[in-house]
Amino acid sequence: MKRVYVNEKWCLACHLCEYNCAFANSGMTDMALALKGKPIYPRIHVEGDERISYAVSCRHCTDPMCVKSCIAGALSKDGEVIRIDKNKCVGCFTCVLVCPYGALAPNEGGVMQKCELCLQNSCGEPACVKGCPNGAIVYEERGAAE
Amino acid sequence: MKKYVIIGNGVAAAACIEGIRSADSEGEIMVVSREKHPVYCRPLISYYLQGKTDTERMLYRSPDFYERNACRVLYGRSAAKIDPEARAVTLDDGAVLPYDSVCVAAGSSPFVPPMEGLDGVKEKYSFMTLDDTLELEKALTETSRVLIVGAGLIGLKCAEGILERVGSVTVCDLADRVLSSVLDADCAAIMQRWLEDKGVSFLLADSVERFKGGKAEMKSGASVDFDVLVLAVGVRPNTALVKDAGGNVNRGIVVSERMETSIPDVYAAGDCAEGDDVTTGQKRVLAILPNAYMQGRTAGVNMAGGSEVFDKGMPMNSIGFFGLHAMTAGSYDGEVYEEKTDGSLKRLFTKDGFLKGFMLIGCDERAGIYTSLIRDKVPLASIDFDRMKRGATTAAFSSEIRRKKFGGVV
Repeated sequence: MKRVYVNEKWCLACHLCEYNCAFANSGMTDMALALKGKPIYPRIHVEGDERISYAVSCRHCTDPMCVKSCIAGALSKDGEVIRIDKNKCVGCFTCVLVCPYGALAPNEGGVMQKCELCLQNSCGEPACVKGCPNGAIVYEERGAAE
Repeated sequence: MKKYVIIGNGVAAAACIEGIRSADSEGEIMVVSREKHPVYCRPLISYYLQGKTDTERMLYRSPDFYERNACRVLYGRSAAKIDPEARAVTLDDGAVLPYDSVCVAAGSSPFVPPMEGLDGVKEKYSFMTLDDTLELEKALTETSRVLIVGAGLIGLKCAEGILERVGSVTVCDLADRVLSSVLDADCAAIMQRWLEDKGVSFLLADSVERFKGGKAEMKSGASVDFDVLVLAVGVRPNTALVKDAGGNVNRGIVVSERMETSIPDVYAAGDCAEGDDVTTGQKRVLAILPNAYMQGRTAGVNMAGGSEVFDKGMPMNSIGFFGLHAMTAGSYDGEVYEEKTDGSLKRLFTKDGFLKGFMLIGCDERAGIYTSLIRDKVPLASIDFDRMKRGATTAAFSSEIRRKKFGGVV
């Protein structure tokens, strides 16, 4: 399955991926209307420091701790994509407690959200990848890292 | 064709079904369900009372779950006996289910200590099952004065669930702090203050001396008038089936990392089982949902002839009340690193160069990274722990480890 991968060497820590993510998942058609002057809740976040930076989003683990731990049955594996049913989530934060990548966080309503690869929104492919100005985030097929 | 029997129909049982079916699509699966409901999310019963979910959304799996997995569920039945010689389970109605392997996922039952006058209390409820919850709901009115005995996870979630729809909620506990099984005194004090601000009253380090006509007379001399009583003192693992069959039982049913009991072809999983705690190396009942799933799944795979171990069990809890979240994991042993602000507290416990446990209140961002350091026994010398302790971040790993985490399929 194709997943999102990052290249630390190319990441400029510009945070554009976070804005593109929040916009793609906003359901709106105008980026300024969707994001301007509001707190944003992206499903990808830039980590690191002035020397090195990179963007982190759900790894879509083959053996996902979050799915096994979800007390609401809200997280599931749909093929190889880990998805969350926001209608079932009650915001208990157990997935935050178990995800080794820190890839889940609450949305503005207090229930969890995570990267679903933009497969269900209007972008149709990962918006973070599409909008990365330096090619530091890619969407491709890989095996386990050696 | 193999015959599987699963005793219980909670999350460990559902996971056991999924484990069996990952390795055997043919075998016959019989599920013995004391409760007359398909598997639901037990920890959501307080969210149900709060109006954050409903009986439909509380279903743990889709409505076609049993059909899809070709299981037969015997609702309203319970197991009376396991006969390892005959390899059969006898039910409460006398029916006999032969098995090639059986999983005991019987959960736990509320423990009610003897209390004088308790028999005379009409409106008294446990808070463990969906049926308990629906019964309790019927008894509640806008003016009900509710007394909850027990300030643990169950009692306090109940308090949160009902606070907005009753007149008053008072919680008493023998312990001198709330959530005494998971929080230390400082963390408990933060949570208690928060709950008091929301309107919950506490009587701690106190217990009921006797119930007398709608009044609880406390040991301290205080008295509480109440209309509805909730008993949330504690739970006991349901171990009798295995104990009576001659199996090894401590507090829970003792299991190996393959979820085998000491009786051949008898497995156990979930709140009734006592498996390994990776943070202490000792056996312990870890009555939390993630553990139930992982144990149940492991049991199922092995029952179907596969080979799986679950050796990463540890205590952990994410528990929030009215928007303030506490997260705890592991054991509180060793040196303490602490950060404290007005509404937050972080305590990390390190020993022999490893993170052993943590308590976080109001600072839970990316806490799973801390959990992974405990679970995977990551030597702290191999990471930038000074940075990590200030805030959980994968940036504290070496670039080599990061390449593995982010550079390929995990």
